[in-house]
Amino acid sequence: MKFGIVVLPGSNCDHDCYYVVKHVFGKEATFLWHRDRDLKGVDCIILPGGFSYGDYLRPGAIGRFSPIMEEVVAFAKKGGPVIGICNGFQILTEAGLLPGALMRNRDLRFICDYVWVRVERKDTPFTSRYREGEILRIPIAHNDGNYVVDEDILKQLEDNNQIVFRYCNREGVVDDTSNPNGSMANIAGVCNRDGNVLGMMPHPERCCEAILGGEDGKGIFQSIIETIEGGGWNGNR
Amino acid sequence: MREEVIKEHGLTLEEYRRIVEILGREPDLLELGIFSVMWSEHCSYKSSRVHLRELPTEGPQVIQGPGENAGVVDIGDGLAVVFKMESHNHPSYIEPFQGAATGVGGILRDIFTMGARPVAILDALRFGEAGHPKTGYLVKGVVSGIAWYGNCVGVPTVGGDLYLNPSYNGNCLVNVMCVGIARKDRIFRGRAGGEGNPVLYVGSKTGRDGIHGATMASDVFGEGGEERRPTVQVGDPFTEKLLLEACLEAFKTGAVVGIQDMGAAGLTSSSVEMAGRGGVGIELDLDRVPRREEGMTPYEVMLSESQERMLLVVDRERVEEVERIFRKWGLEVSIIGRVIGEPLLRIKEGDKEVATLSISALTEGAPRYERPLKRPSYLEETPFFKIEDLPLPSDMNGVLLKLLSSPTIASKRWIYRQYDHMVRISTVVRPGSDSAVVRIKGTRKALALSVDCNSRYCYLDPRVGGMIAVAEAARNVAVSGGRPLAITDCLNFGSPENPEIMWQFRESIIGIKEACLELSTPVVSGNVSFYNETSGKAIHPTPMVGMVGLVEDLSHITTQWFKEEGDIIVLIGETLEEIGGSEYLAVIHGMEKGVPPRINLKRERAVIEACLEAIRGGIIKSAHDCSDGGLAVALAESSISSEDPLGVEIDVDPSIRVDAFLFGESQSRIVVSIDEKDLPTLEGILERRGLPHTILGRVRGRRFRIGNLIDLPLDLLKEAWERGLERVI
Repeated sequence: MKFGIVVLPGSNCDHDCYYVVKHVFGKEATFLWHRDRDLKGVDCIILPGGFSYGDYLRPGAIGRFSPIMEEVVAFAKKGGPVIGICNGFQILTEAGLLPGALMRNRDLRFICDYVWVRVERKDTPFTSRYREGEILRIPIAHNDGNYVVDEDILKQLEDNNQIVFRYCNREGVVDDTSNPNGSMANIAGVCNRDGNVLGMMPHPERCCEAILGGEDGKGIFQSIIETIEGGGWNGNR
Repeated sequence: MREEVIKEHGLTLEEYRRIVEILGREPDLLELGIFSVMWSEHCSYKSSRVHLRELPTEGPQVIQGPGENAGVVDIGDGLAVVFKMESHNHPSYIEPFQGAATGVGGILRDIFTMGARPVAILDALRFGEAGHPKTGYLVKGVVSGIAWYGNCVGVPTVGGDLYLNPSYNGNCLVNVMCVGIARKDRIFRGRAGGEGNPVLYVGSKTGRDGIHGATMASDVFGEGGEERRPTVQVGDPFTEKLLLEACLEAFKTGAVVGIQDMGAAGLTSSSVEMAGRGGVGIELDLDRVPRREEGMTPYEVMLSESQERMLLVVDRERVEEVERIFRKWGLEVSIIGRVIGEPLLRIKEGDKEVATLSISALTEGAPRYERPLKRPSYLEETPFFKIEDLPLPSDMNGVLLKLLSSPTIASKRWIYRQYDHMVRISTVVRPGSDSAVVRIKGTRKALALSVDCNSRYCYLDPRVGGMIAVAEAARNVAVSGGRPLAITDCLNFGSPENPEIMWQFRESIIGIKEACLELSTPVVSGNVSFYNETSGKAIHPTPMVGMVGLVEDLSHITTQWFKEEGDIIVLIGETLEEIGGSEYLAVIHGMEKGVPPRINLKRERAVIEACLEAIRGGIIKSAHDCSDGGLAVALAESSISSEDPLGVEIDVDPSIRVDAFLFGESQSRIVVSIDEKDLPTLEGILERRGLPHTILGRVRGRRFRIGNLIDLPLDLLKEAWERGLERVI
């Protein structure tokens, strides 16, 4: 299978995602340049972290207008798996592929640290390798990770089981002290209704090798690979 | 020319007379401006050059020593490490956020212009005392500026250090080191060449910002330094990121002849220095320089320090190829001149010639000063300190907690949590151990990186302080599993026109030189920052050292924290009754006195080699340099700095005063923990080198106990250490 990694001006986790796909999992990876419209036949698209367009105006606000994004949206609408990590998550919300918005962290500072998140659902192409309720130790690195959504949509997200990850403590308890950035309902990652588009603030690509201090992010990539190689994702329909 | 105009340009009347002599007439304002920046201390090293010459800069590992944008050292596998440290002190004091941010931008450009991909940033910060009204504001501004810029560009900030000391009340230090990796056969230099080759301007447009930044950095602040805000530049990390990617891509074409960042003194210094190194001249047409503002004069265009700009000399047959790459990255590129045969800087506006100056007059022609030296008068008093006169504290628990919460010693997590230190997925040892360790992808190797300087030692004895700065950096690298390779230095001092300051400078250089020779770590790049004083009050001499060590195999990587219950704790080295210049003396007794600990460089070398041998032999579970706060603090840090703290039981009978035993800062000491079965092997390694050691005790339990002197629960220690920094800012 083949991963496509979108490169916007200011993406800075593009090389990391490429490295992990290629050298940790031995799968094909290709960069998708923001001005191109060719998805090069990829099976899964990664919108990597970084500061696309310098986060000027608002994180992801300019990036979503890139020509490649039109193709990404079309790919997602056809059920193709798309994962946005950090800045990629911000772009997905700006592009309307995911609900909500990511505001400044509540203490107004950039946070780079390991946190814990709880896997809230495993029937997605991104989480099938985890157990439901599994606690992952995974890094975050962002200024704007404070997930906000209006109450109605939050209820819909809960009802449709679209919340994929929540920040928690070491024991898996989801509460305010385990919430690093002020996100509503401790949301660290959400998917669309069909389950084929995931946005998450934590960086799974940063914890796929023991030498870097953790391997809890591997499950995301393994899930995608297994899903695609096992015949693809049929969605929740 | 009016005298005040000359003075406003930071030139002395004597220097002005020299310019008149060179030109055979009075300069016009443009010429004066160009001479003033090229002859500024910042660009010309006029006061330091005679001393810097003495530093050892060669070694089999050195590919490029000082004189280029950065130093280059061979690390095998066809790869090289490229690194340099630079100061941005004055701008950061005036406007901490942008000052620090543009400091990061400048040093990043120095690294990637050499053809290297930047892989790590370290920042060495010095601020005034905790209670000073500006300290908190400056710390917050500087840290967020570094974070903003480095995080956006996507280069991890993996290490650094922080000291608060009253000597920095009116003049903070922001020294940033950047480390990059390049292919050994693809190093680029800031050298113009090939008559007729075009000179390309790439990056942001030129505005009126930062005019006279180089002169400002060579000036002493009086009261009201804040009024200089307009000369501080504003950074754009997004453009920097594009420049970085575009330059690295352009280098691959092989069409780039030379490249230099337009840093301090902007277009002037970049064109003059490139021409100077290449032994050629450069002709510029200022009408072609992309501008942000209308009506800029040649003077403003030549002296602007707008950020994120590069000057390239490109093979004339292949210009379009290079231009295409920059345009692909959305960057402005413009041909603004060409290389000429005569060694001249010729400046035109269209067809009109506005100035022609000799390159060598601007570079080698700059004045060189052998400034007078005088041993500072304060040294008539400070060494006379008797430990016998010092009352022995009754509560050593309290002393330890107070030291752990001193900002110099306390955890720097509040700072590094704001830096993306994991991007590029190479940071194997994150901030919080002796060195940061960054792996080199595609190999089994890694780099161990550390920055160090105890300026209190340097104040009390600059020669010993300089030696210790190098030795401690080397020790930090060694305890992490790296062989010390080479250093970069960033020499921060007061005014060189003061003979006492110049003496401090000279002595520090001698100390650095001796340590570098003994430890085989040449100086491959560096920077001098003079005039760090406000209203006549100079900072403590601060010759910052940035050390790069090579970890030969990832399995050698070692961290400072204890790993397992039951392990034996051994102190390598010897504890003497030395408390002069210690953190203990300053924090607990309020004194900056005495002489700093002695250092025997041969002993240091032996300790480093023994530590590396034991690490490579696979018997060291943790290793930690014993420095600020002494043995008790080192043990406490090993105990509490991991996510899962482990207690210790130390049983020793100190033969010296207990405060010196616990908190003295004797050099060349390392605390290691090992499995009991490996003790004979370790002892063999130490004995072969004639190194003393002490078996201190064991990793055990949930308390921190040192004989009957200290007994504390771990959470109390951890809280003091973790909250110390945040509390004061």
